[in-house]
Amino acid sequence: MDTNRRNFLKVAGISTLAGLGGTTIVNRLIAGVDEAHAAAAAGAEMEQKAAETIRYGLVIDIKKFQQDPSLGEKAVNACHQIHNVPKFPEKRDEIKWIWMTHFENAFAESPNLYQDEANQTHLLPILCNHCDNPPCVRVCPTKATYRYEDGIVGMDYHRCIGCRFCMAACPYGSRSFNWRDPRPFIENINRDYPARTRGVVEKCNFCVERVQAGLQPACVEAVGDSKALVFGNLKDPNSEIRQILKEKQTIQRNPSLGTIPSVFYIV
Amino acid sequence: MYDSGKIIAGLLIFVLFVTIPVWYNRGSAGAVPDLELPKDAKTCVLPAAEIRAEHMKLLNVWRDEVLRDGERGTFEVDGKQYQKSLMLTCMKCHTSKVRFCDRCHDYTSVNPYCWNCHLAPVE
Repeated sequence: MDTNRRNFLKVAGISTLAGLGGTTIVNRLIAGVDEAHAAAAAGAEMEQKAAETIRYGLVIDIKKFQQDPSLGEKAVNACHQIHNVPKFPEKRDEIKWIWMTHFENAFAESPNLYQDEANQTHLLPILCNHCDNPPCVRVCPTKATYRYEDGIVGMDYHRCIGCRFCMAACPYGSRSFNWRDPRPFIENINRDYPARTRGVVEKCNFCVERVQAGLQPACVEAVGDSKALVFGNLKDPNSEIRQILKEKQTIQRNPSLGTIPSVFYIV
Repeated sequence: MYDSGKIIAGLLIFVLFVTIPVWYNRGSAGAVPDLELPKDAKTCVLPAAEIRAEHMKLLNVWRDEVLRDGERGTFEVDGKQYQKSLMLTCMKCHTSKVRFCDRCHDYTSVNPYCWNCHLAPVE
């Protein structure tokens, strides 16, 4: 071998330097590209923020549902009829988009020790809260559930793989899983709206198909002029919903979780 | 070759066996499916050749635009407004899934899962 110790050390030293220098240069370049990407993304986000002038919300007047218990039934039936929600005979298979429940179940964080009589004896409607910070969207591995720019949390059943992460993530129990084929259990099929298949999760979509076409959600339409449900744009200071929120004190479900629901309750 | 009689006979039987699909479907396999076209509609949302080749892609584009981007507006073809919808546009003209969709899909042996959720018109 003609390589002596001195030459070997020279070569090794130069290679090490080249390696170190090379990686730094490559890292520099990558960082530069990332910065450019970040700048572009920030620009797009700013534009989107400016375009975001709509956030749909709902105010539910619990008193009106207590005064007229038939309102709840009307709202639930209208929703479930229009969206082909199946009615399974067994509770464990139940699918629900909007349903009536007891006050202490809806507002577990509120003090429920000495409840008033009206709340003890009456039910109130609950549904998907269409959160500003939706945990279901964050956990969905396929982006089958996502938030529209107008604040509605939608579902794309084509993408749902039925992993039920969203059901675990949703603190409101707003999501139901199709354990069985729902088709035979749909009572009056509405042929203008699709049904679902076995193995997907479903939930209230704030009637996105109606709202984005300029109509009111089915539940709001069903309760008529009672104003028990008022739907509108929370970002428009002159909207009816904002007037109600200005006049009356409202509460939200599990506010401490930081999901920022779009559904408000007048107690 | 030892046992040539048995080997050749065996090979013949084997060849006949693996070509069963050819014998079995002889004559009938070439028949092009006969579709029932809508009677009162003359135009589709795309020219016939295009819609025949691209309808599955178009449906995917419609799905993504409507569902994911919230672009639910209508589009115009020959002065008529259409929605981007399988159930509300396609199936309003093609009122029979069995005599339209299924005939080609059966012939080409494709099983689209559209109808697992979407509702076909009553027949």
